[in-house]
Order: sequence, then structure tokens, then C-alpha cells
Amino acid sequence: MYPDNFYSSTFTLLAEAEVGKHFYWNIAGFLVHGQVLLVIWFVVAILLIFSILGTSNTNRIPHGWQNFMESALEFITDIAKNQLGESFYRDWIPYIGTLFLFIFGCNWAGAVIPWKLIQLPEGELAAPTNDINTTVALALLTSFSYFYAGLSKKGLGYFKRYVNPIPLLLPINILEDFTKPLSLSFRLFGNVLADELTVTVLTSLVPLVVPLPIMLLGIFAGSVQALIFSTLAAAYIAEALE
Amino acid sequence: MDSIISAASVIAAGLSIGLAAIGPGIGQGNAAGQAVEGIARQPEAENKIRGTLLLSLAFMEALTIYGLVVALALLFANPFNS
Repeated sequence: MYPDNFYSSTFTLLAEAEVGKHFYWNIAGFLVHGQVLLVIWFVVAILLIFSILGTSNTNRIPHGWQNFMESALEFITDIAKNQLGESFYRDWIPYIGTLFLFIFGCNWAGAVIPWKLIQLPEGELAAPTNDINTTVALALLTSFSYFYAGLSKKGLGYFKRYVNPIPLLLPINILEDFTKPLSLSFRLFGNVLADELTVTVLTSLVPLVVPLPIMLLGIFAGSVQALIFSTLAAAYIAEALE
Repeated sequence: MDSIISAASVIAAGLSIGLAAIGPGIGQGNAAGQAVEGIARQPEAENKIRGTLLLSLAFMEALTIYGLVVALALLFANPFNS
């Protein structure tokens, strides 16, 4: 799977999971997935351009692009407010909003844009969330953020949460700390990769009309998964803050 | 790859995704049925019911996806591959 001169062991086995050949860059002896980084930079550039366009020449009564960006912000604020409640939601809007917009942008960039037109030396450009490393990074960030929320609000008293309501639940609560990022990452990864694989297999069988419903399902599922990820992240933070 | 490892992995992958589709299938069918009943009972609440239904469907879908991930790992990132 990997070229022989790169570090690889049983611990990196899950990170090496790939379907087909990927496009690698060698940066200081470490192997980096070039195609994931290229599409991520593209998505980040698109989001930055949208934001800059939306906030230049602001009016009191929004028109055009500013209106669109404000409705997106209202949507994100709704997610945060529904999960976190009135008192805490404002601090977490940036994080939840970034999660939602980034995952939404990544999934739609992978599903909508015809990346096959750009020829890479090996491998191909696709949604960055079809790589387990991306989704695990996002899930670990969420894990870190809800620990930070709990610890900054309650200090070390945060750990009393593990023995509520009865100390018998301690192993289950500790296990929950591992399964939360696991389920977050696998849900997103599995959905995106499954859709891409299905489209690939169907295209290799019947290229003309048959892959289209699966591609539409991929667009729908991509947006739903972005919403689910950000809603769950907000719910975990709310659980740590209560 | 060792032929018995490949044979076992292929059988395991097929079983994994096949069995993983049963439970969530039943669960999603139940949820959709109750949602339709709710909409029939109170058509004004359709938007809320639809939103809640889609959210719940995604949670149940995740369980099937876990099975799919195991199947893909067995086929493409098999840890018993020498």
C-alpha cells in the first residue's frame, strides 16, 4: 500500500486504509496525502471568498450575498442555540459553524465538482472526508473541545460527571469518551466513502444514467452528515457544560 | 495474500455488511412509520416531524455504516496481510 521507505506499523494501519492508489507527498520523511490537502485548500479558499464577499460593504438591511451569508449564520446559530441553550451558545457559534461549513463544503466539493478532469500523477482528487484521517482529526478536535468546555467551566470538578448518577456507571462513562469520537469519525467517513465507492462501481458498470440517483443521494447525505456532525458536537459540548 | 486469509476475509466482509443492514433497516422503517402517522394526525407539524425524522434516520444509518467500514477494512486494509 505505501512505498517501502516510509514509516509504517500496526499503529498506523487504520490511517493507511485506502481504496486504490493515493497521491503522496514526502514532507521531511513523513507521508502526506496530497490529494486531500489540495481539495481542503480549495474548500477553505471558497469559504474565505464567500465570507469576504459577504462582509464587504455591509448594509443595515442586507441584500444579495450578505443576505445569503446572514441566513447561513442564522442556521448555524439555530443549531448552537437548540443544543446549548440560551446562556452558553454564543461562545460556541464559531466552532460549530466552522465544523458545519467545512464538512458541508468538503462533502459537496467531492460530490458536485468534476475533479476527474484534473489528472494527478497517481490517485485522484475527491472529497477530503473520504480519508479516515480527516474525519478522525475533526472528531478528535470535537473531543478536545468538549473536554476544554467542561474543564474551563468547572475546573477539576468536571470529573465528578463520571460518577453521576451512580458510581457503577464509571466504566461506561469512560468508554463513552472513546466511543464518541469513534462514532463521529466513522459515521462521516463511512457515509462519504460508501457513496463514492458506489458511484465508482456503478460508473464502471453502466456509465450513462444509472449512477445519477446515487450521486444525488450523495449530495443529500453529505449535507445531512454535516448537520449531524455539528449537532452532535454541540450536544457533547452541552453535556459537558451542564 | 494467503489464500485462506483472503477467503475468510471475503466471507467476513460479506457477512458484516449483510447482517449490519438488518437492525437499522427495521429501526428506520419503524421511525418512518411513526413519523407518517404523526403527520397524518397533525399536518401542521410536518416540518418539525420531517426534521426530527431525518436526524434520527442518520443516527440509525450510522450503525450500518459501521458494518460497512469493517467490511471495507477487511477488503482493503486487512491487518492480517503479511
